[in-house]
Amino acid sequence: MEHIRAHVLICAGTGCASSGSKRVEAAMKRELAERGLDKEIKIVETGCHGFCEMGPLVIVYPEGVFYVRVQEEDVPEIVENHLYKGRIVERLLYKEPVTLEKVPNYSDIDFYKKQNRQVLINCGRIDPEKIEEYIAVGGYQALGKAVTAMTSEDVVEEVKKSGLRGRGGGGFPTGLKWSFTRKAQGDKKYVVCNADEGDPGAFMDRSVLEGDPHRVIEGMAICGYAIGADEGYIYVRAEYPLAIKRLKIAISQAEAMGVLGDNIFSSGFQFHIKIKEGAGAFVCGEETALLASIEGKRGMPRPRPPFPANAGLWGKPTNINNVETFANVPQIINQGADWYAAIGTEKSKGTKVFALTGKINHTGLAEVPMGITMREIIYDIGGGIQNGKKFKAVQIGGPSGGCLPEELLDLPVDYDSLISVGAMMGSGGLVVMDETTCMVDVARFFLNFTQSESCGKCTPCREGTKRMLEILTRITEGQGQEGDIELLETMAKNIKATALCGLGQTAPNPVLSTIKHFRDEYEAHIREKRCPAGACSKLVGYTITSNCKGCGLCKKVCPAEAISGTVKEQHQIDPDKCLKCGACMAKCPFKAISKG
Amino acid sequence: MKTIEDLKRLREQVQSDTRLRYTTGTKIIIGMGTCGIAAGAREVMSAVLDEIAKRHLQDVTVTQTGCIGMCEKEVLLDVVRPGEDRITYGKVTPELVPQIIAEHVVNGRILEELVVGKFSE
Ligand SMILES: Cc1cc2nc3c(=O)[nH]c(=O)nc-3n(C[C@H](O)[C@H](O)[C@H](O)COP(=O)(O)O)c2cc1C
Ligand code: SF4
Ligand code: SF4
Ligand code: FES
Ligand code: FES
Repeated sequence: MEHIRAHVLICAGTGCASSGSKRVEAAMKRELAERGLDKEIKIVETGCHGFCEMGPLVIVYPEGVFYVRVQEEDVPEIVENHLYKGRIVERLLYKEPVTLEKVPNYSDIDFYKKQNRQVLINCGRIDPEKIEEYIAVGGYQALGKAVTAMTSEDVVEEVKKSGLRGRGGGGFPTGLKWSFTRKAQGDKKYVVCNADEGDPGAFMDRSVLEGDPHRVIEGMAICGYAIGADEGYIYVRAEYPLAIKRLKIAISQAEAMGVLGDNIFSSGFQFHIKIKEGAGAFVCGEETALLASIEGKRGMPRPRPPFPANAGLWGKPTNINNVETFANVPQIINQGADWYAAIGTEKSKGTKVFALTGKINHTGLAEVPMGITMREIIYDIGGGIQNGKKFKAVQIGGPSGGCLPEELLDLPVDYDSLISVGAMMGSGGLVVMDETTCMVDVARFFLNFTQSESCGKCTPCREGTKRMLEILTRITEGQGQEGDIELLETMAKNIKATALCGLGQTAPNPVLSTIKHFRDEYEAHIREKRCPAGACSKLVGYTITSNCKGCGLCKKVCPAEAISGTVKEQHQIDPDKCLKCGACMAKCPFKAISKG
Repeated sequence: MKTIEDLKRLREQVQSDTRLRYTTGTKIIIGMGTCGIAAGAREVMSAVLDEIAKRHLQDVTVTQTGCIGMCEKEVLLDVVRPGEDRITYGKVTPELVPQIIAEHVVNGRILEELVVGKFSE
C-alpha cells in the first residue's frame, strides 16, 4: 500500500529544459530511489510557469515551495534537507529583486501576486503528457457539456455573450466569427488553430501548447461542434518541437480516451485533429497565407473577401483562431459567459497573456486582466527596470505594434485604448526599454524584421518597407537629412493604405509611433548628428570633461592612440582616431569621460 | 469512455493525482530534526503513510518540520485540521499512529493524554 505525500514538480518547458531541467530530473529520480523515498514522493514533469529566466524551476507540494535555478548538484541537498527532514533549502529560494527578501512560497512571489491566471492556470501545475492530469482538474467537462446539453447555437451564443475577442492580434469578436462560419453553406467545414507565433519576443502560445495542450484541443473541438466542423488543423511552426511532441501525445491520448474522434460522449458528434508543421515565416501567421500553406502551396496572402469563414481550406468554410483564443473557450462553457465577462473592461473581456522581455527585472509570461495599466505590468509584476535605470518606452504588439512613452504608462491595457495611441495588442509581446535604447534604432530593428519577412507579393510592402529601412539606417548612421521624418510619414501612410495584407498594413506602425512620441530623438540624429541614448555606434563620440585630472590612465589603455594631453592637465580625444571602444571611459577613475 | 458520467467517474478516480497541489485539507506534520530522526521519526512517518493508504484517506497531507525545541518529547507529530488549532503530540511511536489517525484525523477527537502543545494558527 502506498501513499504519495509530496509532489516534486520539475519544469520541462523549453526555457527550463535548455537550462538543464532534464538533468535535474534524472538526478532527482536517482536520489529519491537511493534514499528509499521513491514510493512516497512523485516527480511530475510540467510545462512552463512563465518564469523561465529563473529556471530550472522545482516546486515542492503540498507546501508549494519554489526553488529557482536548480542545478544537478543541488538535488542531494533538496532531497536530504527538504524531502527527508522538512527543512527548506534557503539558498535556492527566489529573492525579490528590490527588497532582496527570500520568498519560499509560490503564491507570494510578486511576479505572480497581481496576475490572474485563467488560461495559464494549469501551466506548470499538471503533467501535459498525461490526459488524466487534465481530466483531474476538470478537463473535457466543457466539451461534454457542450455536446450533450447545448445546441450548437447555444455554444455560439455563449461565446458571443462572453465578449471574447481574438488573441492573435486583431481582436475580432470570436463568437461573431463562429456564427459566420456556422451560417456559411458547406457540406464540409474546418477549424484551424493558428499556432504560428511569428512575433519576435512572443512565446505565450508555445507555452500554452507545451504546458496544457489538451485545453487547446478541447477548445477546438467545442468550436467544431459550434460551427458544424468535423475536422481541425493545428498550424504550428517547426521551430517548436516540444509543442509539437506534446500535441501529438495529447491528440492520441484524447482519441484513445474517446474525447476526440467519432461519436464523442455518445452524442453523434465527431471531430478529428491533424497537425501541420509550418516552416516558420512571419507572413504564414496571416490567415489566408496560413491556409495556403496547409494546402501545400506557398504561404502568400490573398485578398479578402472572401473571408475564410466562407471560403477557407480547400474552398470550404473555415474558422481560424489563435491558440490563446481557443484556450479561453473551455472555461467560458464551464463557468458561463457572465463569469467571463465580469473580468476585464467593457469592450475587452477576460485576461491576456503577455510575454515580458527587454530591460525589465522579471522577464517571463504574465497573465493579467484586461484593463490593468502598463505601469502595473511593468513595475508590480515585472519588478521594474533592470539595474535601477530609467524607463524609456515599452514596445507592444511586436512588428505590428508601437511604442508607448512614460506619459502613457497609466493607460489601461485593452484593444481599443492601445489602438487609440497608435499601438496594438498584437499577440502580446511587451519589450521594455530603458534610457540606453535609441528609439530610431528600435524602429529600424522592427522595420528590418518586416522588410525581410515581406512575402514580396505586393509592391508597397516589398519596395516601400525597403525604402523606409534605407532612410532609417541612414539616420542612425548620421546621414539623415531635413525632410526625412516627413518622408517617412508619407511613405508609412501610403503603405498602410495600399498593402495587401496585415503585414504591410501594420509594418510602418513602429516607425510612426516612435516619430509620434520621440520626434526629438529623430531630430537630434538628423540635425545634430547625435544619438541621445548613446546607442547608435556611428554617432556616439567620447569626450573628456573638465573633471579630468590629467592622470593619463586613459591614454595608456587607448588602443588607437587617440588620446593626447600633458600630465595634470585636461586630456583630449581625437574623434578621427577614436575607435569608440569605450576602454578609456571604463578606466578613468574620475568619471571624466562621457559618451554621447 | 462513452458518456459524461464516465468522465465524472474517471475524474474522481484520478483526482488524487493532482489534489496534493491544490490541497486545503488536514495536515500531519512530523518533526524530523536530528533527535527526531534518532528517536524514530522516520518509522513514524512510514506508519502514517501506511495508515493513510490503508484507509484511502483523501485530502490529508504529510509534511515534515525541523527542530522546534522540544527534543526530549520526540517523536513529535502535529495534526492541523482546517480551521482548527495545531495539536502537537509527543513521544509518538509507530504503534500509536493508527489511533491518532482514527480518532483525531478522521473523527476530530483530540487524544488529550498524548498532547504536548496547542497553537492557534
Ligand atoms: C503578418 C501577420 C502575421 C500574423 N501572425 C499571427 C500569428 O502568429 N498567430 C496568430 O494567431 N495570428 C496571427 N495573425 C492574425 C491572423 O491572421 C488571424 O487574424 C488570427 O489568427 C485570427 O485568430 P483570432 O481571431 O483568434 O485572433 C497574423 C496576421 C498577420 C497580418
Ligand atoms: S503586404 Fe507584404 S506580406 Fe502582405 S501580401 Fe503584400 S508583400 Fe506580402
Ligand atoms: S573610446 Fe577607445 S579608442 Fe576612443 S579614445 Fe577611448 S580608449 Fe581610445
Ligand atoms: S520553461 Fe520553465 S518556467 Fe518557462
Ligand atoms: S530535534 Fe525535535 S524538537 Fe528538537
